[in-house]
Amino acid sequence: MTFEESTRLESVPPSGIRKFFELAEEYDDIISLGVGEPDFAPPWSARDAAITSLERGRTSYTANRGMRELRERIAARTAGRCDLFYDPDSEVLVTTGVSEAVDLAYRAFLDPGDAVAIAQPCYVSYVPGARLAGAGVIDVPTREADDFKLTREVLEASGAAEAELLVICYPNNPTGATMTRAELEPVAEFAREHDLLVLSDEVYADLTYEGEHASIAALPGMRERTVVCNGFSKAYAMTGLRLGYAMAPPEAIEAMNRIHQYTMLSAPTTAQHAAVDALDNCDPDVAEMREEYDRRRKFLLSRFGDMGIECFRAAGAFYAFPECPWDDGEAFAEALLEAERVAVVPGNVFGAGGDGHLRVSYATSLPQLKRAMNRLESFLE
Amino acid sequence: MSSRDAVLEALRENARYSTEDIARMTDLDAEAVEAAIADLEEEGVIRGYRAVVDYSKVDPEPVRASVELNVTLDRETGYDDIADRLARFPEVQGLRLVSGDFDFAMEVRGDSMSEVSRFISEKVAPVPEITQTVTHYIMESYKESGVEFGDGHDDDRLSISP
Repeated sequence: MTFEESTRLESVPPSGIRKFFELAEEYDDIISLGVGEPDFAPPWSARDAAITSLERGRTSYTANRGMRELRERIAARTAGRCDLFYDPDSEVLVTTGVSEAVDLAYRAFLDPGDAVAIAQPCYVSYVPGARLAGAGVIDVPTREADDFKLTREVLEASGAAEAELLVICYPNNPTGATMTRAELEPVAEFAREHDLLVLSDEVYADLTYEGEHASIAALPGMRERTVVCNGFSKAYAMTGLRLGYAMAPPEAIEAMNRIHQYTMLSAPTTAQHAAVDALDNCDPDVAEMREEYDRRRKFLLSRFGDMGIECFRAAGAFYAFPECPWDDGEAFAEALLEAERVAVVPGNVFGAGGDGHLRVSYATSLPQLKRAMNRLESFLE
Repeated sequence: MSSRDAVLEALRENARYSTEDIARMTDLDAEAVEAAIADLEEEGVIRGYRAVVDYSKVDPEPVRASVELNVTLDRETGYDDIADRLARFPEVQGLRLVSGDFDFAMEVRGDSMSEVSRFISEKVAPVPEITQTVTHYIMESYKESGVEFGDGHDDDRLSISP
């Protein structure tokens, strides 16, 4: 009797970010610009709602799809932001983080042998998730020359037309890239022409600093082929509460819910109570956090400019994705960590197109960012 | 947000940010930041820059009290006249006209409880328009000027995460 890994699992290597985590853990005095979650605590009002729900003993399972009052608020919020209307009863599914929503979409709509086109660099779970679902992956590397926006040209060049499903994420982790409605148009056109489903992870939507967030699902002919994913982790700083949601036409949500009801039953109840309050009362907190991130973003980009580090003007999420001063991003990140105790993540761990770049997170206070930039400057000298 | 508001926001958060850093975080040039600060000071929007001190860590720890004052007005004397008279005392750290059961909320600081008590009984209470004083000595401070005095929000995030 042995725990022999399944063939599917063997196709998934350990996360590349893990190695840097272990390296960084060896030091206790580092400034980490390698963190993929907010440095803020969730708004107090939302935490208080979670505590109150616990005090009242509201800890039973919820409906598979999530509490109705939460789904109503999610639909209303989406309507207000993107001019996209979803029925709370049949078109919204509350999940355990966006990660679960992505996994559900993969398993609900992909067969072994199907291909998923994934715009990269991207969040580290999209590629392994597709492999675990038995699908093949078509890398679609975005380019710095396009400010890491997805273009029709790279979709065509990468063979994405063969895929069943296209996965995009804007504002993007790790690049901080955003896409306007006009820039999404050619992507939508490509998806319609080649009859692709689209999974759009918009978890950073509220952290857009220049212009308005646009959802690809709001473009003509796209709502019926798109699963929009969003969640509370980033804008509301609720990462550990594990709460996300998917919005899609009824047949898609029905399919995803069929997996969800067996594997998850329902998303964490306490987190759902916090989320209802977050949508009701915490917009001012989100605005405050967004302003703070924006100041850090501008500060960081300005310092990069002065140091001669090339960096496109990232306008969303809380990441900048500068060019690495050395050819070898991993070697640079290791040397910077060792010499100056500043942690950044080499871009190659986020997939195709990330090589030669660094992900620099500004989910860190301004004084810490300033210290880190001073250290980086002395390292370069 | 206007550039003026952005500069004010940065200074309200930390008055020790350098002009250069404020310029970076607001996308302005240093001259524009200097000019905005000069305007804000000139117009009296910014009245001063003070450290936020946790007095429990100062030796010797000063004594502070929050004092409720009730006053009576007449034809010659308004709230401003009384406030003007009280605000001149260096012991008075803060003075506000408030709504509710009393008229002025006054914050007083001194070296000892007896000093503060003497100040109230000898300087404040005798002011003819003041009809009543209620003194609350401050026992513990948890938050001052928006700064929490707890251990803070410990950063227990993983040092590197996706």
